[in-house]
Amino acid sequence: MKMRSCKRSGRLVQWVLGILLVSLAVAEARPLTVYSGRSSALVDPLVRQFEEQTGIEVQVRYGGSAQLALALRQEGARTRADLFWAQDAGALSAVHRAGLFAELPEAVLDNSEPAFRNSAGTWLGTSARARVMAYSPDRVAEGDLPRSLDDLVDERWRGRVGWAPTNGSFQAFLTALRSLRGEDGSRAWLEAMKANRARDYPNNSSLVQAIAAGEIDLALTNHYYLLRFQQRDPRFPVAQASFEQGDPGNLLIVSGIGMLEASGREAEGRRFIEFLLSESAQRYFVRETFEIPVRYDPERADAGDWDAEGAAGRGPEIGTDALEDLEGTLRLLRSVDLL
Amino acid sequence: MFLLPAALVGVATVIPLCYLVLQALDAEGEALREILWRRRNLVLFWNTLRLVVGVLVFAAIIAFPLAWLTARSSLPGRRFITLVAVLPLAVPGYVMAYALLGLGGNYGALAQWTGWTIPRPSGYWGAVFSIGLYTFPYLFLNLRSALLGMDPAQEDAARSLGAGPGETFFRVTLPQLRPAILAGSLIIGLYVLGDFGAVALMRFETFSQAIYTQYALAYDAIYASWLALLLLVFTATILIMEARLLRRTLLHKVGSGNRGKLGLVRLGTWGVPAWIFIGLVFVASVLIPVATIVSWLVQYPEGVHWGPAWQALGDSLTASVPAALLAGALALPIAYLGVRYPARRTRVLERSAYLAYATPPLALALAFTLFTDRFLPGLYQTLPLLVGVCALRYLAESVGPVRSALYQASPRLEEAARTLGCTPFIAFFRVIFPLVFKGLAVGTALVFLSVMKELPITFLLSPLGFDTLALNVWNFANEAMYAEAAPHALLLLFISLLFVGLLLFREKST
Repeated sequence: MKMRSCKRSGRLVQWVLGILLVSLAVAEARPLTVYSGRSSALVDPLVRQFEEQTGIEVQVRYGGSAQLALALRQEGARTRADLFWAQDAGALSAVHRAGLFAELPEAVLDNSEPAFRNSAGTWLGTSARARVMAYSPDRVAEGDLPRSLDDLVDERWRGRVGWAPTNGSFQAFLTALRSLRGEDGSRAWLEAMKANRARDYPNNSSLVQAIAAGEIDLALTNHYYLLRFQQRDPRFPVAQASFEQGDPGNLLIVSGIGMLEASGREAEGRRFIEFLLSESAQRYFVRETFEIPVRYDPERADAGDWDAEGAAGRGPEIGTDALEDLEGTLRLLRSVDLL
Repeated sequence: MFLLPAALVGVATVIPLCYLVLQALDAEGEALREILWRRRNLVLFWNTLRLVVGVLVFAAIIAFPLAWLTARSSLPGRRFITLVAVLPLAVPGYVMAYALLGLGGNYGALAQWTGWTIPRPSGYWGAVFSIGLYTFPYLFLNLRSALLGMDPAQEDAARSLGAGPGETFFRVTLPQLRPAILAGSLIIGLYVLGDFGAVALMRFETFSQAIYTQYALAYDAIYASWLALLLLVFTATILIMEARLLRRTLLHKVGSGNRGKLGLVRLGTWGVPAWIFIGLVFVASVLIPVATIVSWLVQYPEGVHWGPAWQALGDSLTASVPAALLAGALALPIAYLGVRYPARRTRVLERSAYLAYATPPLALALAFTLFTDRFLPGLYQTLPLLVGVCALRYLAESVGPVRSALYQASPRLEEAARTLGCTPFIAFFRVIFPLVFKGLAVGTALVFLSVMKELPITFLLSPLGFDTLALNVWNFANEAMYAEAAPHALLLLFISLLFVGLLLFREKST
């Protein structure tokens, strides 16, 4: 009796060990893991394309860029993430400054535009979007459009302008503004805008819709939202334009990707990054998400009637590293009660 | 036997609270003063308070007449009216908000079809309407069962003593409805405290929305924790107040005696305004959201893909079915302890289920990500964790119906079973369980619906590569890709509606 139960428990141990071994093997073959602050709505088809092309299985955790940066800092070396793909430089540099990114291989960096990566070479840009003003062509004549950010605080625009202070792109723009005009200059502009009754919206698409609905006449937003609305509805009653050459309101914002130090899967991670810089992926950004490519290929497709390339060239002169200090921007927004 | 799951829930609720306190204590002197004495906190407090009150009043305005019509009037088609009054539970809040927003404005659906422009709802009233329109069923369900279960003898007595119909209603009927009103209001009130999708879209700032902004958009865990704690204090006050009010009511309750049959009021020509009212509620709470989603489908057919939506449906069900079953299984012992052994300890336990319901979902989820990442890395980013937290969060919705059912199941039955030789456990399952089964089914179904629509917890806790219908609707709509969102929204709505239908079907068969 006793013997038999011993034998049985011996077999049990074998089973448990077997299962453990199998699960270890499974863990070894786990898919490449990407934390993506870029919305699944926009980039999931691209990820599937990568899987098809390379046979490498990819797992994505989607979330807000800031939220995932926070999660990565929390997880530290325990993280299962191999790559972090974010909407803007602020989130990327939060991870970079926590020392969690590995330096990217020289060959990958050489393949990218220096203007679209940080100087430490831990992340690089994958696509870009331009800040623009969207407006109602019915209520604002093209000739009456503001020429710079500072025109918006004019009496003429009182209660007619919308913005999205909680939105990451707006915050990236504000970080640039702080770097260009200093803390006091930026605060003065924010306060003047508030005094001029700028209206808060939760995000960029709601800004564009608010113009169509007639609630506001002009909004500070990203260039591709309107293009998306117009793709679905050519009669959509909103237009967009850039401010004058070099205005901070024309900032070019770069989405980028970095590799986690803890990953240990450099080869696959590198292939993913190289895939994002490839011609087919860059074309996907242009055609499907209406973004601006970061690789200057002759193949660049057009984004409808709107001149994305021209808008990209109208941004202020500013280095990528100057866009890092998101925390300072959040402090500023909080101090003027916009956050 | 019953204590173990109940204690488990208690412990699980305390974990996030401890985490919040720890996070909050990270703030130091100057920073702390800055956080606590922000004028903005007062604004958030005031906004949250008036939103709760506004939604409750609005929900009552819809739920009272509907409940009375289905329970007490002779209006034909009362089962259909019941269906109309429960269907809005299937509509996620953000979809309701998108629908209302899409209706108004220069370029809204009304303007395009009829040329008639109404301003888009926004701010306070926008939030009140959009939240009230899909939460009123919670109040309706409670009121209706209370009206049906009421002993008509008391009203008859009042009438025979010379009170008019109005006086009878206010002095006899209404006081008896108090527990139902409180239970429904509590669920709605706590729901309002936790919602951030609809309020964000309506551009109305509340505590939850501020917490969401601080956590998800602005890295600031400390400020968010303080906001969450302030919100919890607020919630705890409401819970204590509700307990007080309820206790006094229960003391006044008299044994039910012999029940007469409920007389139904003949409406006559009043049936016309009644149907107009029902029609209006149906159009606003069900037809407009459904029509909105259908219009998304039609507007840009190239963007509509059904394959991913079916996949997401699989993920949604994988999370919500086990979560609902688990919540049901946990609700049973908690409600049982609270009803059979009413002591301070059991009451605290029962309230703790409500506390989890009232903890801002983002804070709850964040606490669990941090806790498991640190101490139980095997659970981090796994399905069991997601299911467990969802069950914990929505437990309160299943405790309510089970509790009401238990009140009606007499302890005498159980005692009789005991004298016939059953162990307490067997006695419970053979005698009490069949009696509370209906309440349990309703509770489980409510949790299922909530988890299907759930956003913030899934957002933070879902396993890698897991995406639900609700997440997809939110993501696509945020990017203004409504055509892509439509199949997900439609499936979500359809499955939920089907479930609500089943719920009512069960009610008929028992």
